[in-house]
Amino acid sequence: MTTRTPYRPSAGEAVEDLAAELWKAVSAADERAATDAVLRALDDGLAPESVLIDVIASVQGRVGEEWAANRLTVAEEHAATAINERAVAALSVHPAARTNPDRGRITVACVDGEWHALPARLLAEVLKLRGWHVDYLGAQVPSPHLITHLHRTDTDVVALSGSIATRLPAAHAAITACQAVGVPVLAGGAAFGPDGEYARLLGADAWAPDARAAADRLARAPLPRPQHDHQPIDDLPHLGDQEYSMVSRSSTSLVRTVLTALEDAFPAMRAYSDQQRERTAEDLAHIVEFLATALYLGDADLFTRFITWTARILTARGVPAHSLPPALDILARELKDFPRAARTLEHGIDALAPDHRNTAGKTV
Amino acid sequence: MRHAPYPVFVADGQGTLLLRSDAAGALLPGARPGAVFTDVVPAWLSAAHDALTEPGRRAGRAVHTPVSGAISERSFEAHSSVQDDNSVVWWLIDDTDHQLVRDALQMERERTEFLAKTSNLLLSSLNLERCMDVTAQLAAEYLADAALVIAPARGQRLPVVSCLRGDSPVRSQESADPDDVPGLDEALRGFPPVPSRWIDPGVAPDWMVPADFGPVGSIVITPLPGHGVAAGALVLLRRSGTAAFTEGEEVFARLFATRAGAAMSAARLYAEQAAITEVLMRELLPPSLHQISGVDFSGGYRPSEDHERIGGDFYDVHPAAVEGEASLVALGDVCGKGLEAAVLTGKIRNTLHALLPMADDHQRMISLLNTALVNSHHTRFATLVLASAIREGSGVNLRLTSAGHPPPLIVRTSGEVEEAATSGTLVGAIPETRARTAAVTLAPGDSCVLYTDGITEAKGGPLGGTEFGEERLQRVLAQCAGMPSEGIVEHVQMLASQWVGKGRHDDMAVVVISAPRTQHLSAVNGRTRGRYTS
Repeated sequence: MTTRTPYRPSAGEAVEDLAAELWKAVSAADERAATDAVLRALDDGLAPESVLIDVIASVQGRVGEEWAANRLTVAEEHAATAINERAVAALSVHPAARTNPDRGRITVACVDGEWHALPARLLAEVLKLRGWHVDYLGAQVPSPHLITHLHRTDTDVVALSGSIATRLPAAHAAITACQAVGVPVLAGGAAFGPDGEYARLLGADAWAPDARAAADRLARAPLPRPQHDHQPIDDLPHLGDQEYSMVSRSSTSLVRTVLTALEDAFPAMRAYSDQQRERTAEDLAHIVEFLATALYLGDADLFTRFITWTARILTARGVPAHSLPPALDILARELKDFPRAARTLEHGIDALAPDHRNTAGKTV
Repeated sequence: MRHAPYPVFVADGQGTLLLRSDAAGALLPGARPGAVFTDVVPAWLSAAHDALTEPGRRAGRAVHTPVSGAISERSFEAHSSVQDDNSVVWWLIDDTDHQLVRDALQMERERTEFLAKTSNLLLSSLNLERCMDVTAQLAAEYLADAALVIAPARGQRLPVVSCLRGDSPVRSQESADPDDVPGLDEALRGFPPVPSRWIDPGVAPDWMVPADFGPVGSIVITPLPGHGVAAGALVLLRRSGTAAFTEGEEVFARLFATRAGAAMSAARLYAEQAAITEVLMRELLPPSLHQISGVDFSGGYRPSEDHERIGGDFYDVHPAAVEGEASLVALGDVCGKGLEAAVLTGKIRNTLHALLPMADDHQRMISLLNTALVNSHHTRFATLVLASAIREGSGVNLRLTSAGHPPPLIVRTSGEVEEAATSGTLVGAIPETRARTAAVTLAPGDSCVLYTDGITEAKGGPLGGTEFGEERLQRVLAQCAGMPSEGIVEHVQMLASQWVGKGRHDDMAVVVISAPRTQHLSAVNGRTRGRYTS
C-alpha cells in the first residue's frame, strides 16, 4: 500500500500553497473554504499524511503563535482550531485516506484536563493512514476511562498527548496506570519538553516530537511490555518532602493572600473592577499551578521558563509586567518554610530582573 | 585415628596413601595404605591434594578452605591440614542431607518468586488476550522450552497463544478438534477434573509445535481451572535434549495453572459484564451531533463523576420526519446524579421520542411528558428545554420552550448575547404544567446555546468557592460570536471545567444550534483560488 511508505516532502510547492490557503480560511473562520481547499489538494494527489502534518499541523502552530503575539483572542484561537478539526474530519473520509488496518491496535488519548485535542487527532489520523487500528478517545480523558478502555480492548500501545505543562502530574498518573495494566505508553506533545525530557522523567516507554516521528517509531519495533517492579515514586523521589501536595492543595488560599498583599503594595489595584481583579487572580492561580508542577517534576527551570514567557505575553498584550516580581516575592515569603518552593521562586525572580527593569523604566 | 568417626586419609607429598580410618575404608575399599592416593580417590579430591602438595609450595601447618564433591552418590566436604613433613590429613564430612536441604530451599525460593511475579502480572490485567499472552510467556520462561495457552473454542476455532522461550507470544486461531489430541478435550471442558496428562510427542498435531522448535522430547497438558468454569488448557513442551518433567515440576506447573486459570476466568467474566453494560449504556450515552437540513448542531457532556460516562443530564436531536419540517432538540436535567438519574433520562428520552408527532406543540409535549412522569413510580423530577429548528433562507427559525430550565442564550455575530423569553414549570412534580414558547430567528453565524445548570452552578475559580454564574457565561459567549457550533461547545466546557479545577461538580451538558455562516463568494469556485492569488 502506497500510504505505508514514509512520505518524503517533495511536493513542497503544493504544500506551501495549501498551507497559505488554509491559513487564510482559518483566520477568516471560513469552514467551507478550509475543507474545500483540503479536499481539492487530496484530489490533486497530495499525500494525506503530508496534508495532516505539513499543512494542518503547521497552520495550527501558526494559530498558537498568533495568539501568543496577541493577534488572536482565546475565542478566535478556539474558532480557528474548530475549523482545522473540520478540515481533518473532511480529510478522514476522503478516498485517498482509506486504509485497511493490518497492524496492531493503538489507543490515542489526551491527558486528563488537556483540552488541546488537535495534536492527538492528527496523530490518530496519521496512524490510521499507516495501517493501525486506532481508538481515538479525544480531549481530556480521565485515567479511569482510559484504564477501562484498556481492559476492554486488546491495545498494544497508548499514545498519550499533552500540550500544557501543568497537566504533567496527571500525565504521570495516566502513564503509571497504563503500565500497571501491562500496556506501554508513547508520550508526545509540547508538555513533555522540547527533547522529551519530562516523558523520560515520568517513565514513559517512548517519546516522539511529532506525529510523523511517533508513527515512524511505532513502525520500527513494538514497544516492550512495561516492567512490573516499577513504582511511580521511584521516578520522583523528591515528592517525599510533600511540598507539591502542600502548594497544590493550598492554591486558592495562596492566591487570596498574594492578591490582598498586592493590593496593599499597589494602591492602584484597589480601583480594579471585579473582572480585572478576577483576571489578576487567574494569573496568580496560573503562577501557583506552574510552581506546583515545577515542584512535582523537581525542575526549577520549568517555572523560570514559564514566568519569563508570561512576562513576554503580558508585554505583548500591553499589560506592564512589573507586578510579577512583587507577586513572586510575596509567594516566596508565604512559602519560606518550603525550601524547594522558595528556591524555585528565587530563580524566577532573578530571571525576571532585566525584564523588570526595562518595563519599570517605561511605566514609571 | 583408625577409630575416628569420620573417613580420614593421610597421604604424603609424593601422593602415597599413608593411613586411613575404618570409616574411610568402608567408603572407599580400594584405598589401602601404600596405594597411590590420586588413583583411588575421586578426581575432585586428588586435584585438591595435588594443589596442596605441588613442589615449591611452602610446607607447614595451615588450614585450607574445604573442597566438596561426590563419592558414590553422596556428597562430601573434605577438610585438609598440611603437616610439617608435607603430608596432608584429609577429613571427609558427609553433607549430603545438608546439600539436599540447601538445593530444596533454593528451588522453593525461586518458585515462590516466580509465583509472586505470576500473580502480579496476571492480577494487573482484566483483558483476556493479555492474560493469555502473559501466561504463555511466563510458562515458556520458567516451566518449559515452549508453552501454549488454549482457550475453550469460540465457534469452530480454538484461540491459541504460543510462546517459545525468550520470544514474544504469538496468537492464532486453530480450526482443530480438541478430541483429536488426547487429554485436550477433558482439560478444556474442566470436568471431570483431570490431572496433567503426558502425551506422546508423536501424536501431537502440527499446530501444537511452534515452528523451528525442533524434535519434541516431552509434552504435558494441564487444565487451567477457572472460577467454576474451565478457563482453558496449558500445554508445556520440552525439546528432546532437555530433561523430561519430574513429578515435582508437574505439581508446580499445576500451582501455576491455578493462578493463570483464575486470572483468565476473571478477565472473561469482566469482558462479559462489560459487554452487557456497553449494550445497556449505549441507549443512555449522549448522541454525537452534526449538521441536519442546513442547521448546525453540536453537543458536549461531562458527567459529575470522572469514572462514569452517563449521569442526570441528557440531550437529543431528532431530525424532522418529513423534509421541510423542524428538527427537535431536547436538553434536560433530571434531579440527582449517577446511574439512577441516567435511567430516568432514558425514560424521558424515550417518551419524548414517542411524542415526536406533536413536536410542533411544545406545550402539549411537555404536558404529556409531565403526566407520564407524575404517574410513574419515580419520585424524581426534571427540567428541560425544547427547541424546534428549521432553516429558512440563510437563517434558522427557532421555537424555544423551557420547562423549569435556564432559558437558552442567543449569541449574535455582533457579540450581543440575549436570553430567550421562555419560562415554565418543571416536569414530574405537579399535575399541571405551564410553559411559554419564544420564537427566535438566527441570522447566518448566530448561535443558540442550551445548557444545564451544572455549568452556571459550577463552583471554583481562582479564589475558590465562586459560582461560574450566568453573567460570566454570557460574557464568555459574547467572545464566541461567529464561532462554529462545536467551537462554542468546547470553549464553554473547557472554561467551566477549568473553573471547577479539581473540585466537585454536577453533570454538565451544552448543545449549540447555529445558522451556518454564508459562504464567501470567492470560495465557491475554489479551483482558481489559492493557486493564482496567493
